[in-house]
Amino acid sequence: MTLATPVHTTRSLQFNPGLKRNRTDKLFTSIAGLFSLIAVLPLVLVLVYVLIQGGKLISINLFTQLPPAPGLEGGGIANAIIGTFVVTLVASLIAIPVGVGGGVYLAEYASSGWFAQFIRVGNDILAGVPSIICGVFVYSAIVATRLFFGQSYSAVAGGIALAVLMLPTVIKTTDEALKLVPQELSWGAIGVGASKFVTITRITLPSAFTPIATGVVLAIARAAGETAPLIFTALFSPFWPEGLFNPIASMSVLIFNFAIMPYEAQNSLAWAASFVLVILILGANLLARWIRRFASS
Amino acid sequence: MVIRSESDQDQFTLRRRPWAERSVDRGFKLLTIVLASLVAVLLLGIFLTVFSGAREAMATFGLSFLVTSGWDPVNSQYGAFTAIYGTLVSSLLALVIAVPLGVGTAIFITENLIPRNIREVIGVMVELLAAIPSVVLGLWAIFVMEPLLRPFLNFVHQSLGWFPLFSTAPKGPGMAPAILILVVMILPIITAISRDALNQVPMELRQGAYGVGSTRWIAIFNVILPAAVSSIIGGVMLALGRAMGETMAVTMIIGNSMNFSWSLLAPGNTISAMLANQFGEADGIQVSALLYAALILMLLTFAVNILAQWIVRKFSLSYN
Repeated sequence: MTLATPVHTTRSLQFNPGLKRNRTDKLFTSIAGLFSLIAVLPLVLVLVYVLIQGGKLISINLFTQLPPAPGLEGGGIANAIIGTFVVTLVASLIAIPVGVGGGVYLAEYASSGWFAQFIRVGNDILAGVPSIICGVFVYSAIVATRLFFGQSYSAVAGGIALAVLMLPTVIKTTDEALKLVPQELSWGAIGVGASKFVTITRITLPSAFTPIATGVVLAIARAAGETAPLIFTALFSPFWPEGLFNPIASMSVLIFNFAIMPYEAQNSLAWAASFVLVILILGANLLARWIRRFASS
Repeated sequence: MVIRSESDQDQFTLRRRPWAERSVDRGFKLLTIVLASLVAVLLLGIFLTVFSGAREAMATFGLSFLVTSGWDPVNSQYGAFTAIYGTLVSSLLALVIAVPLGVGTAIFITENLIPRNIREVIGVMVELLAAIPSVVLGLWAIFVMEPLLRPFLNFVHQSLGWFPLFSTAPKGPGMAPAILILVVMILPIITAISRDALNQVPMELRQGAYGVGSTRWIAIFNVILPAAVSSIIGGVMLALGRAMGETMAVTMIIGNSMNFSWSLLAPGNTISAMLANQFGEADGIQVSALLYAALILMLLTFAVNILAQWIVRKFSLSYN
């Protein structure tokens, strides 16, 4: 572009798609579109295969029977479905109270003190700890030391490992959700004579319920699909669950174990378990989305 | 209530709150402090557990553990170079592929290039991709992706076999499919964080750029991306940390070989895959060697995460 020869024609104001810069623009837009297509492709492919391969096996047997011994046909994944629910429930019972409590401290009692900043940074670091390391930690601290009634591998140990994984998410969502509650609400409560405890439990926490619930549902969904923390804490069991202090099956560990077995029946059970797990997890994600939308409308 | 004028004064004098109320208040605060401190306790516990378990191997093998590649449980000789190399190479190469894809997708769904509905659908799909469990992606990688990929990898080997990175024939599980499945796993993180970063760039910057006559992509490359780059880099570092620690999908598809090979088409290993495979059955000094490797992994992810937070805090531009 030269300033020396100004062109005062109306033509220069019209969009000319043939210009080099407009053609470059088109090119980059198509590249970005292509990249988005590539980014979406894996989800579509994974979902299609999981639905087709796993959907073939959906039957009553799948939900009522135990997995077959290697080499045999048929069977189901009932124990693994129960196991996933049990382990995730144990994890939620630990991580939700602890996480919400910790988040309340960060947001309501010490929002800018050095200790709160320290805990926040620690929380981010804990969120970045690889899940396999959580498994190793719980193995060394609970399984190897036989902390619970002399039992080594147990459903509780698996639940604790998952809880360590969930905790940072729950703390962070609670902290951020409470910070969004208008200050006027708690001022009002304290103004009419409510104690800090009553203000938090009756006013602040209930008004932050939606974002906290959304975050908690997402954290539970993520924990339900985790495998690495379970393989040497909850282990696996081909039998029905025998209480909280014995090894327990779970869908994610079942997928891992059965995927690498050289038997057709086990491989297809792995696909069926993936089907159930993916449906549950995507369902939880859509539920979280729905909670968010329901609250904002 | 009968208000007596002479005692009006009494109603407004300060009274001590009842003992029960004060102790509930104090107890609740104490409880939340304890719960919040659990984060620090856990972090310390994880570090100390891994560190104390690794001490024996650290004393035996020293720093040469990091650069030797023998892994021999029979003779108790351990070196983690294969796994460390695998961890770094797989996560860095995954990043090289995922960053353009993720940032490109983020631009595509924030910059008003296409109708809003389509943009939202793409956004939701990328978020749902992040929700698919890693073990399901591993299953898919074994039975679907790897067989589809093998002809292509074969072609790469035949045409570029002279190059050390492609010097072995692909035989199924290996580093290359592991890298691709890592791309699938970290793509949603990079896209989500880049999208948030781009959304935070103020509209005035865009209007200014368009006002002086830049086209859309001139504005993106010269104004919008530079304004968002610190958050994007922070997100990329977070994704790198996630990629280094990612276990299940990688374990299932990388081949778990402790023999070192430069080739991306050969089976390899990462620290987390090695832990997943061997930790349950290991005993004696092998446990300690595995924990030594775990400690290295922890320090790597720790450093990457700290760096990510520091970059975001230090360089994030605020427009208030």
